Amino acid sequence: MTATAPPPYSDVTRSEASLRRFLHGLPGVDQVGAEARAAMLGTRSIKTTAKAWALDLAIRMIDLTTLEGADTPGKVRALCAKGRHPGPGSPPVAAICVYGDMVPTAVDALRGSGVHVAAVATAFPSGRAALDVKLADTRHAVADGADEIDMVIDRGAFLSGRHQQVYDEIVAVKDACGGAHLKVILETGELSTYDNVRRASWLAMLAGADFIKTSTGKVSPAATLPVTLVMLEAVRDFRDATGRQVGMKPAGGIRTAKDAIKYLVLVNETTGEDWLSPDWFRFGASSLLNDLLMQRDKLATGHYSGPDYVTLD
Amino acid sequence: MTRLPVLKTYKLYIGGKFPRSESGRSYPVSSPSGVVNAAQGSRKDVRDAVVAARAAFGGWSRATAYNRGQVLYRVAELLEGRRAEFGRLAPDVDEAIDRWVWYAGWTDKIAQVAGNANPVAGPYFNLSVPEPTGVVGILAPQSSPLLGLVSVLAPAILTGNTAVVIASESSPLAAVALAEVLATSDVPGGVVNIVTGRTAELAPPLAGHLDVNALDLAGAPVDLAASLEGLAAENLKRVVRRADPEPDWTAEPALDRVLAFTETKTVWHPIGV
Amino acid sequence: MGMSGFEYAPAPESRAVVDLDPSYGLFIGGEFTDGTGSAFKSISPATEEVLAEVHEASAADVDRAVAAARHAYERVWRDMPGRDRGKYLFRIARLIQERSRELAVLESLDNGKPIREARDVDLPLVAAHFFYYAGWADKLAYAGHGTQPLGVAGQIIPWNFPLLMLAWKIAPALACGNTVVLKPAETTPLTALLFAQICQQAELPPGVVNIVTGAGATGRALVEHPGVDKIAFTGSTEVGRSIARAVAGTPKRVTLELGGKAANIVFDDAPIDQAVEGVVNGIFFNQGHVCCAGSRLLVQEPVYDEVLASLKRRLATLRVGDPLDKNTDIGAINSAEQLARIRELSDIGEAEGAERWSPPCELPDRGFWFPPTLFTGVSQSHRIAREEIFGPVLSILTFRTPAEAVEKANNTPYGLSAGVWTEKGSRMLWMADRLRAGVVWANTFNRFDPTSPFGGYKESGYGREGGRHGLGAYLR
Repeated sequence: MTATAPPPYSDVTRSEASLRRFLHGLPGVDQVGAEARAAMLGTRSIKTTAKAWALDLAIRMIDLTTLEGADTPGKVRALCAKGRHPGPGSPPVAAICVYGDMVPTAVDALRGSGVHVAAVATAFPSGRAALDVKLADTRHAVADGADEIDMVIDRGAFLSGRHQQVYDEIVAVKDACGGAHLKVILETGELSTYDNVRRASWLAMLAGADFIKTSTGKVSPAATLPVTLVMLEAVRDFRDATGRQVGMKPAGGIRTAKDAIKYLVLVNETTGEDWLSPDWFRFGASSLLNDLLMQRDKLATGHYSGPDYVTLD
Repeated sequence: MTRLPVLKTYKLYIGGKFPRSESGRSYPVSSPSGVVNAAQGSRKDVRDAVVAARAAFGGWSRATAYNRGQVLYRVAELLEGRRAEFGRLAPDVDEAIDRWVWYAGWTDKIAQVAGNANPVAGPYFNLSVPEPTGVVGILAPQSSPLLGLVSVLAPAILTGNTAVVIASESSPLAAVALAEVLATSDVPGGVVNIVTGRTAELAPPLAGHLDVNALDLAGAPVDLAASLEGLAAENLKRVVRRADPEPDWTAEPALDRVLAFTETKTVWHPIGV
Repeated sequence: MGMSGFEYAPAPESRAVVDLDPSYGLFIGGEFTDGTGSAFKSISPATEEVLAEVHEASAADVDRAVAAARHAYERVWRDMPGRDRGKYLFRIARLIQERSRELAVLESLDNGKPIREARDVDLPLVAAHFFYYAGWADKLAYAGHGTQPLGVAGQIIPWNFPLLMLAWKIAPALACGNTVVLKPAETTPLTALLFAQICQQAELPPGVVNIVTGAGATGRALVEHPGVDKIAFTGSTEVGRSIARAVAGTPKRVTLELGGKAANIVFDDAPIDQAVEGVVNGIFFNQGHVCCAGSRLLVQEPVYDEVLASLKRRLATLRVGDPLDKNTDIGAINSAEQLARIRELSDIGEAEGAERWSPPCELPDRGFWFPPTLFTGVSQSHRIAREEIFGPVLSILTFRTPAEAVEKANNTPYGLSAGVWTEKGSRMLWMADRLRAGVVWANTFNRFDPTSPFGGYKESGYGREGGRHGLGAYLR
């Protein structure tokens, strides 16, 4: 690969050794302190007008997702319909996220809606395939009309210290994306430490990621508040250093409106409002949408809603 | 024909050296060989002793507990070698030596007895350990010039404190002899400083000195004890009060005086990956 | 609300849970009784509204309280089996847990501290403290401090953590078989009076706990009372010194927990984001009204710019205002007097050449407020680097080597706490070993636990509160 990282980090990616020195020179993350900070922000009480605003924003940030072996075009079409019109008065979601073979169906169902089509690629979720297969996977999805690609990094390579390999692979996938936005999934549940999460975040951003994303949703734990905090600190610091803004996507395990609002508070008080937009922050989720809709109804009508009043797609 | 004996000059012990009092004064005290002159220390001698004690604190407090134990045990060995001389100065030399041995053995045990882990309700390693308070001013017992002195000095210094001792006013010679033992032992200069003289003159500047962290009033004159404690309040010195009546120094020793001159330090650290 | 910003709507905690009487007497011998001194008002520092009227205990009232405590000591409490004393304390711990919301709201009202802190820090620690010492009551022989109580303890506490300081004083005293006369601070007496009601609810024998409200004169009467065997004081070094003088020549035992000017030391290999959080928590927790506050930040020069920029960014997110709003981070300064002191020292900081910075923040019109404030360009000789400000004001200094950091950190007559931030384990232990402070927080700050001893070196006082060591203050 010939791509180099943006200034002032152009030299960092020159060799495995320099990349390793850079990543290991990043400040450490104290687990207890990071978790305490995330927990404190989790106690923010978001009420009335602030809550209404946050609920709609959260809906607009959702990458409504189905990633099942049992997915069918019918299932994907239903999901797309819901994403375009989640409920009365509700804004549409940000994107529909599917496996690569479902991209044509989604593109067709979402045409003219402004809702993006995101495809997982690169031998999702394990990433265990040859590079040319991963690249073919990516090119195929883009060719079919996906405008966002959610790739996975090679966690095996990362954990065994082959940072250059991970970097090169992201650069290659980014190249294969053409104009499509690249979200790089770190699979933080497998990285095991916040130090690794921070290093992987920087590695992905140096390699050209448009978004960094926590999880595939297939590994537990998936997104957590503290892991999102650490990644938000990374995108914040990366912009400070390079001038380039990278988006952030927690995915998996975010099921309730209350949870989603905690994430928005985290964004608000970590990176600030520049990231409080679907262009820069997404939720990878499926059941979250219905809870947001029910909370939205509650605010509008004063009554608690129930599952029979939202659609189960 | 009888040999003309060489007479001894009794001096102060400050910073490992034996200066005369800067005041040039002396005062008569009785000794086995008749009345002799002891140095009559001054306020400035007390000040010099505090400076020496502070200077010695860093090294002594950071020596390993094992090392301090060996150094202090060596003092007992030397005392044993001069039993006869000390026996002439004090009736309880054997008890004094044994007392010194008892305290010497505590150096590497006190942290285990006075410190502990604390099971806090959170992901933190948390440990409390005793540390030396700093410079301890000691008014040595007036009526037990050797055993009493050892019983207040050894517990103060074993944890790493350094000491400025005002010796028994009327019977200072055992303290001076002990100084000579200390000077030839491995105890670093300045760890123990001994000033002889008038307690009523020497104690107030010691009690009020802001670079002294603690005060043992064991040998405080009864009419001075309260005012000395009041002076000690100026910088919140830790004070061991004068006991009334004077303790039986031959009784079994305890840890009170060791612990009185320690500070509990508690260190927290998160536990995480 | 625009789409560009996330403005949190007000989220006030309800005051309805607190039912205050217009006026409170003194709690002596298990009853609320009229004092013979004059009445004074306890106000909310956030609004200056009057919350309730309380009575200043005169010397005669203190005498009555000490007599009640003596009576309870000799007739009931001293000889009660430890397991029964423990059961009373367990009852109190449970009642505090059950009534914690009420206590938290009242604490926030009377003190000005954010409800989030009263709810999430003060009250859980208060209950935990009683729970911890309850269990010691029948196990004293294992603690290594003797087994005999001292008698009647006179206890004087400050206004910064009114109920928590009460717990630190009363729980170990009672567990060891002492009875107490406690004087809360004159600006924050209300939770102590609610605690008195909890003692009644727990059917604690009359006279075991007595609460006398008042100011300095009441405290002096308690300290000087010949019937008091033990004084426990938390507050300023100046008052601590006068107490140490007052008890000189008496047989009274004393423990003092006094002021501090703690260094919070950030090395260039620190976990910077957590260090910044720790620095913020270290000085802005409880409006900086914390004796162990990390009021001197020592930053290693290579990361100075980075740390300062992060700190400023973080300070801009602090939410200053209504203490009862659940999202408030910084509440009101406790009193007009304290506010004047903070202003005076801050002005001196500027006059001596340090550079002052606060984030933009709107302060309420009524009440006592001070914005979170940083001073840069501070050196050891500045008064803001030496004197305890006891407010949300951080003095920032730099250092180059570990030895310099230790020298600067220890260069103070205080020695209560210190913080160290480094990812290198051996350096952390080297620093912890050399810092002359009773509590060293490494890669954390302002953590408290009933099992963990707390107290200072040097002019920060003597004796320890909390843990097994804390029993030593109440046994012989």
